[in-house]
Amino acid sequence: MQPGLYHILFISGALFFTGVYGFLTRRNLITMLMSIELILNSVNLNFVAFNKYVWPGKMDGLFFTLFIIAIAAAEAAVAIAIIINLYRSHKSIDVENAEDLKY
Amino acid sequence: MPGTLLIALIPLLPLAGFIIAGLFGRKYLGRSAGYLGTALMLASALLAIYTAYSYFTAPNGGEYPKIKVLDLTWLQFSDHLSINMGILLDPISVMMIVVVTLISLMVHIYSLAYLKGEERFPTYYAYLGLFTFSMLGLVLASNIFQTYIFWELVGVSSFLLIGYYYDRPSAVAACKKAFIVTRFADLGFLIGILILSNASGTLDFDTMISTLTSPETGAAQKSVAASFLGFSALTWGAALVFIGGAGKSAMFPLHIWLPDAMEGPTPVSALIHAATMVVAGVYLVARLFPVFAVCTPGVLEMVGWVGAISAIIAAIIACTQTDIKRVLAYSTMSQIGYMMFALGVSKYGGEAGLGYTASMFHLFTHAMFKALLFLGAGAVIHYVHSNDMKDMGGLRKQLPVTHLTFLIACLAIAGVPPLAGFFSKEEILLAAHHHNMAIYWIALLTSGLTAFYMFRLYFSIFWSKPYQPHGEHHHHGSVLMTGPLVLLGIGAAFAGLIPFGHFVSSDRIPLASHFDLSFSVLPVALGLLGILAAMWVYARQSDRADKIAAAMGGLYKSAYRKFYIDEVYQFVTKKILFNIVGRTAAWFDRTIVDGAVNMTGTATQKIAAGIKKIQSGKVQQYAVYFLTGMILLAVLFIYLLK
Repeated sequence: MQPGLYHILFISGALFFTGVYGFLTRRNLITMLMSIELILNSVNLNFVAFNKYVWPGKMDGLFFTLFIIAIAAAEAAVAIAIIINLYRSHKSIDVENAEDLKY
Repeated sequence: MPGTLLIALIPLLPLAGFIIAGLFGRKYLGRSAGYLGTALMLASALLAIYTAYSYFTAPNGGEYPKIKVLDLTWLQFSDHLSINMGILLDPISVMMIVVVTLISLMVHIYSLAYLKGEERFPTYYAYLGLFTFSMLGLVLASNIFQTYIFWELVGVSSFLLIGYYYDRPSAVAACKKAFIVTRFADLGFLIGILILSNASGTLDFDTMISTLTSPETGAAQKSVAASFLGFSALTWGAALVFIGGAGKSAMFPLHIWLPDAMEGPTPVSALIHAATMVVAGVYLVARLFPVFAVCTPGVLEMVGWVGAISAIIAAIIACTQTDIKRVLAYSTMSQIGYMMFALGVSKYGGEAGLGYTASMFHLFTHAMFKALLFLGAGAVIHYVHSNDMKDMGGLRKQLPVTHLTFLIACLAIAGVPPLAGFFSKEEILLAAHHHNMAIYWIALLTSGLTAFYMFRLYFSIFWSKPYQPHGEHHHHGSVLMTGPLVLLGIGAAFAGLIPFGHFVSSDRIPLASHFDLSFSVLPVALGLLGILAAMWVYARQSDRADKIAAAMGGLYKSAYRKFYIDEVYQFVTKKILFNIVGRTAAWFDRTIVDGAVNMTGTATQKIAAGIKKIQSGKVQQYAVYFLTGMILLAVLFIYLLK
């Protein structure tokens, strides 16, 4: 059986909710960052799948995906810089300890 | 005619004096601020006289024209309705600029000596410049709103000058009183302006008068049809404008500020509270005279009665006061009452307009002799360092020039021929005799009382007991003080010989002066009787005055207490306004208004305290909110808003 659009969307959805679950439950900032990457990748997967099955002759979805990968890389750099700074000031990368920005 | 620039310079020169002395006076100019102000005033006075001369001698075909020398649109509301800044020359405004600049010049010169050594000397001259500018702007105004603007400006400068000795609590109280009372009356003036301009569709004096008085336009009829409490809108407008004028001119019952205003320096009293500002009300009624006479004769009648009542009440009070400046203040009020009722008994046009001419004539002569009286009183006060008659007496040897000029002024105000007051007063009495006999008798009685209280003042200062020096350092007035006295004395003596009707009349067509010798016998005889009575009582030290006062009993006592009018005001303001209205308003303010405001505040605080918990600082909590929101939106867009 050839894999169809729905199979891929199912995988992508599973990936997305895994990411969300990880983001909401993990306390370690690095793990949270990894969860975000999962979410992003699920989106990438969506783009590629829709491009292939819905508008097979076009390249838009592929280019979008490439852009998102590039941006995700930059974002990961920024996020890690923030985490390092947080570690320097709080001696911890636990998200529970980073609650200073509140009322 | 002199060019526009020269005429515009008449008010602008004093303004320049105000700006220069006000900005640089205390720091750089010092005493020379006075000389600067005086020099500018001299230039302004010469220009005014030149303007008057060329205006009255220019060929005019039997009727003096109304010339709008300058008319700058300042604020345009619609095609017809605009506030303009202009200069209007007509007989009364030309007469007024001469009076204002001349008296102001005399006061400028006199003050150089009178206020010598004052620390705020330049400030004083700055204020004088401001006042003169405002007064000239008022009399030259071509637009009723311009009049109102300058009207408030003279009010402010009067306030500043009354409160010149700001370290005296009485002066501070007096300047506040003057400002509040006149401001209260000005509210009436403003509403009156709005009504009149609504009826006529313009703020320009000329257009307003011609629209309201000509029957063809229908503006008058339309506003007569609109009525409130049984009086037409136009009547209300004219009456309210008159209330504004009555406040400024210290007419009963709005006169209470004038006697207190004597707390200012004496030359200021001469300029503002005798010769110029207080006649602004008379001038205003004269300016709008055709409207009063043609459209609202009822209001004109009220003007007449208010004037007559003020004249007699002030004259009675003046007989009992012992502060010489207060006597003069009540005398001023009485004489302005004369001017007012002269307008009130006048009609528009021709012979019947005699009262109008007489009123303006009296304004002119009164400015001379009353300024002289105040400046003379200033010289006396300067010499004995007291305002009270009891500290004076026998000063005729010490102050010969003051004595002589004071005597001339007293004779002039008492109406003794051939001094200035005689002619103007005769004309007023004649006009009253023609049109309203009741007012005529009041006026006659007042004129006798005037002679009595003026000579009471004269004898108490210069005769009575022999002079006793009090050991203080006495200043004899320098020539700077006696010079203006002599010049004004000449004016007070001869100003009456001017054939005034040739220059000023209600319809601007020259009016032949009337003079009926048989008619003037009675007033002059009454005046002489008053003088003799004063001489009998006050010329030598005796107990006659006390005996008469005792015989009069209650009348004397109530006149001495100024008929308790101040007390009535106190009662109305303190007991009724402050206690009943004020307390209710304060309660309302504290509980309802403040309560509403506070409630908004506390409600916001409570709600904020409740919802600020959302901002917890927990990143994952935010992510949950975000996710929930996104899911809700997705549901909304996918299933509900298909």
